Amino acid sequence: MKRVYLFVPLILFIALVVLFAKGLKLDPNDMPSALIDQSVPEFSLPSLASPDRLLTRADVIGEVSLVNVWGTWCPSCMHEHPYLMELSDQVPIIGINYKDVRDDALDWLDKLGNPYVLNVFDEMGTLGIDLGVFGAPETYVIDRKGYVRYKHVGVVSERVWLERLKPLVDELRGEK
Amino acid sequence: MKCVYLRVLSLFMLMFSVVSYAAIDTYEFNDEQTRERFHQLNGELRCPKCQNQSLGDSNSPISTDLRAQVYRLLNEGKSDQQIKDYLVERYGEYILYRPELAGHTLMLWLAPFAFLVLGLAVVLVLVIRRRNTVQSSGLDITEQQDLEKLLADSGQGSAEPTSEVESNKRD
Repeated sequence: MKRVYLFVPLILFIALVVLFAKGLKLDPNDMPSALIDQSVPEFSLPSLASPDRLLTRADVIGEVSLVNVWGTWCPSCMHEHPYLMELSDQVPIIGINYKDVRDDALDWLDKLGNPYVLNVFDEMGTLGIDLGVFGAPETYVIDRKGYVRYKHVGVVSERVWLERLKPLVDELRGEK
Repeated sequence: MKCVYLRVLSLFMLMFSVVSYAAIDTYEFNDEQTRERFHQLNGELRCPKCQNQSLGDSNSPISTDLRAQVYRLLNEGKSDQQIKDYLVERYGEYILYRPELAGHTLMLWLAPFAFLVLGLAVVLVLVIRRRNTVQSSGLDITEQQDLEKLLADSGQGSAEPTSEVESNKRD
């Protein structure tokens, strides 16, 4: 009977190893958005292309779409951009140009192409705070009614699109 | 000629020394209490980007923005709780270093006490066991007598060093 107790440290050790091994595989950036299943917040911000035109929540909802937070200061956004170009004929992409310089952003779109149906110019990052953005790129999936259904932190690659975003987009398109 | 160079150089240096100020954000407060609340909140709120730093600790752009937001909300007269709720609404409970006591955080709050009780129980069991084993040495009567005889014999031999130890203690 006493012998059994000798195995207690070993069992505890194995349990810890399993726990830590699992912890290593967790992505610390993978945080669920607080906004999941909540409405896209109200905002009133200028369009990137035409400073005089004010965009609001009503301009970005209506269709199942991706909302992509980007900036010219963000190297990962540069990396992501070509794939967004490819995606742009499969799903409408709404851009939030986050804490950027307008001329730089317009230059970027001129040179690299514009995958966005429209771009909200969030110079001060106020819409960013309301959305819970903490870096770029971040991509939200929103449904027809303007509810946030998913948030992806980091680059949208082909894998992310096929494995996570596309199934959801297809499902949401099926909803009335 | 050298003098002119020096002047130009120091002029440049002066210009750049001004630029370095821009990185430090400064806040002015109406009263000491608000300043303290600001620092308290910055210490208790967590930077969403950098995992193990508080807002006050972090240099990341999002922390700078959120500090500014906390400052703004403080000046609007919001309470600490309202400010925390505002951020939780946007960034999730992740942002609180001190999570609210609720059903799903109960384990987080109670686990340390549970482990403390568990540890104390283990120590208690070990102490009681040891005391029991000391009382019964596991020897039968003849062995016990042999042992006492041995101890008595060696006791004479070791009488000298024991007293030395004691005299050392007195020093």
